[in-house]
Amino acid sequence: MNPATLLEPFRHEFMLQAFAAGGLIAAVCAVLSCYLVLRGWSLMGDAISHAVLPGIVLACIAGLPLGVGAFASGLLCATGTGWIKRHTRVKEDTVMGVVFTGLFALGLVLHVRTPSELHLDHILFGNLLGIEPGQLRQTAVLTGGVLTVVLALRRTLLLAAFDPSHTRALGFPLRTMDTLLLTLLALAIVASLQAVGIVLVIAMLITPGATAFLLVRRFDAMLAVAAGGAVASTFIGVYVSFFADASTAACIVLVQALGFVAALCLSPRSGLLRRPRPATAQRA
Amino acid sequence: MLAPFFYDYMLTALWVSTLVGAVCGLLSGFITLKGWSLMGDALSHAVVPGVALAYLAGLPFALGAFTSGLLAAAAMSFVKLKTPVREDAVIGVVFTAFFAFGILLISLFPAQLDLKSIIFGNILAIAPGDVVQLLAISAVCLAVLALQWRDLLLFSFDPNQARTLGLPVRRLHLTLLLLLSATTVAALQAVGAILVVAMLITPGATAYLLTDRFGRMLLLGSAIGALTAFAGAYASYFLDGATGGCIVVLQTLGFFLAFLFGPKHGLLAARRARRRLCLIPPALAP
Amino acid sequence: MKPAPEQPLTLVARGVTVTYPNGHAALADASFALAGGTICALVGANGSGKSTLFKALMGFLTPDAGNVTISGAPVRQAQRRGWVAYVPQAEEVDWTFPVNVHDVVMMGRYGYMNFLRVPRSVDREAVAAALHRVGLWELRDRQIGELSGGQKKRVFVARALAQQGRIILLDEPFTGVDVKTEEAIVTLLRELRAEGRLILVSTHNLGSVPEFCDQVVLINRTVLACGPTSEVFTAENLQRAFGGALRHFDLSRSTVEAHDGRHVTVLTDDERPLVLGQGGHLEYRDRSAHEKLVADREAGKGLRGSSE
Repeated sequence: MNPATLLEPFRHEFMLQAFAAGGLIAAVCAVLSCYLVLRGWSLMGDAISHAVLPGIVLACIAGLPLGVGAFASGLLCATGTGWIKRHTRVKEDTVMGVVFTGLFALGLVLHVRTPSELHLDHILFGNLLGIEPGQLRQTAVLTGGVLTVVLALRRTLLLAAFDPSHTRALGFPLRTMDTLLLTLLALAIVASLQAVGIVLVIAMLITPGATAFLLVRRFDAMLAVAAGGAVASTFIGVYVSFFADASTAACIVLVQALGFVAALCLSPRSGLLRRPRPATAQRA
Repeated sequence: MLAPFFYDYMLTALWVSTLVGAVCGLLSGFITLKGWSLMGDALSHAVVPGVALAYLAGLPFALGAFTSGLLAAAAMSFVKLKTPVREDAVIGVVFTAFFAFGILLISLFPAQLDLKSIIFGNILAIAPGDVVQLLAISAVCLAVLALQWRDLLLFSFDPNQARTLGLPVRRLHLTLLLLLSATTVAALQAVGAILVVAMLITPGATAYLLTDRFGRMLLLGSAIGALTAFAGAYASYFLDGATGGCIVVLQTLGFFLAFLFGPKHGLLAARRARRRLCLIPPALAP
Repeated sequence: MKPAPEQPLTLVARGVTVTYPNGHAALADASFALAGGTICALVGANGSGKSTLFKALMGFLTPDAGNVTISGAPVRQAQRRGWVAYVPQAEEVDWTFPVNVHDVVMMGRYGYMNFLRVPRSVDREAVAAALHRVGLWELRDRQIGELSGGQKKRVFVARALAQQGRIILLDEPFTGVDVKTEEAIVTLLRELRAEGRLILVSTHNLGSVPEFCDQVVLINRTVLACGPTSEVFTAENLQRAFGGALRHFDLSRSTVEAHDGRHVTVLTDDERPLVLGQGGHLEYRDRSAHEKLVADREAGKGLRGSSE
């Protein structure tokens, strides 16, 4: 293979756009994933991303921007889950499962009933290589906004994730903080929709944070490692998918997963290749 | 109204979904009480690469799905053992990796693999061989549950007591995990990978709101699962497919009815009870 | 199905050592011996290896060295006979689980049932007797979450009774329980002791120990002391077990004593304080009952437990 072939992907306009959009999305999702992993909210990313489907379909029918519908129905899932949880004895993860699958199923049924140009495949698995300049601009604005807010508030958000009761004792409105994090999450998912799709954005919202958690001990370092790793794996994933002629989103997620495996082997905190970590867990 | 019953494929779809709905509903009682909802979601996504490989190799799809699900479960417990990462994050990392691998396979061999039928199920076009596989899986699951439900109940409620009585706790854990994988595989054909988790938790959660007895909860969950699956498959005849969507929408509706109108644990009943206790004056009650 | 009565009930730990994967010892070379007809307290600070020892006694973990035997046989064998009954801490239980009082007590009978765990009339009778004994028969159809704190505790005591366990282990039985229930449970435990059972209570509540426990195993990474409460519960031993973790009120130097002669009242909100008299004498609420017990034990040496 000659060097020119290796540089081939960089010659195409659509590939450059894909690199740009993928990088932006990866960075935002990675930063959020650090909070989700520490807060124990991994399922929340899963739930919201599935729940945006009916919003998209309804927005399409109503002629509204898809992002608006997606955002509304994602937020409906998050707040609805919280509300039901407060009024019933069913466990939170079960409530979440019931709500998001219900919304997703509703989206499917609505989609079948509405003959539209909406491609289900593109919503589910994204179409990073087919991204248009307009969409790229939209993604850039959304991701830039979310990233700015998260980084500006990163200490407060961390406090809420690390010690909720202390946060409340300090007089911070915990409910508002949680809602803010959920809103940012929903926005990030909306931004990622067209690029990676609602199914695989879940991976981008968990894996980078978990990988960074294995590698570093300080939170700021964790943010940096997660974002850097995610952007790098996205570039590699997009690049590989160009040659393999395979699903771009799947390639990105698999590269991120490989990164996790590598971290697992090298990490001082798991130490597959080193001595066992100092365990505090009881052997039962 | 009776039109669906005149077609063979509809009849097959109807009774197969009912059976699968009943088995999943029966198991969902354990899954909701054990707090394994995320596990169900994870396994249902993790079976996709197995299904894809099985179809490519011409093997029974159940075999591939089952192997892939168990591999994912093993990977999760391995990573959980070796790292301080929270359990839900570990599950998330592993299942998305498996799912992505499945999608990769499907995108590499678009001719041999039908993305839609794996992700959303396609019970209306189920092959006779697949029906046999579903029957076998359901029969085994029903038999195991019928024989072991009391042990599994004790294991779910109080694993320590199970241990002091000398019950094989590890084997019970494994049994429940195997049952979960098996029913996931069965439900895959009916509703597809993404919505399987609904079949595995919603009927159980609904029944949990309606009764305080475990045995009744299992039977109720099973009945709800069967009924909604039947009605959903029936409705999908008029909606051009999307069987999985119809079934799960019905199940979610059922959950909301129970949530609102449950005789004891429903929202309205709880509100009435609180009012009776005068914790909120009637004038202020919304 | 009843446990063989001719075999004397003993619980012996020999050199039990448990290490964590990182090489730290949770418990090193813990040895003690107990016999039936005893209420024994397992006392130690948090992180002293108390719960590890408790788990080893219940067979939840296998020691890296040493062993635990019940009447000379491994724990596993005693478990299969249904000898080991366990009363969990309230926090360990999922109180929203859809089971009622009767269901939970019936779970104590699983060891005696066939493979399908279908209850027979013997099982039903045992459950009914246990429920009557703890005074919960009228509440048998209640979902367990609808009980008061004391009733919740009694459900699990009833389960241990229905199981006909010869060794009953209670984990922090008096946390979150009102004084009345505590007394009712103590009375019940005394009856069970009189029946020759061995009752082991894991607790950090020092004050209640002299009240109802006739023996104590004191733990700090190993067994520091084991024997009759009055011998083990000395200021010196407790100092070794808890280090500086205990609050200390020396009433002899208190102004109350100087002012009012011997009339001293100690009030605490929840946990009973441990009160040591001159020369290490323990204070009891009901002195005569305790003295009778000591006398009984002296008379029937067969039942007496001893430290190795």
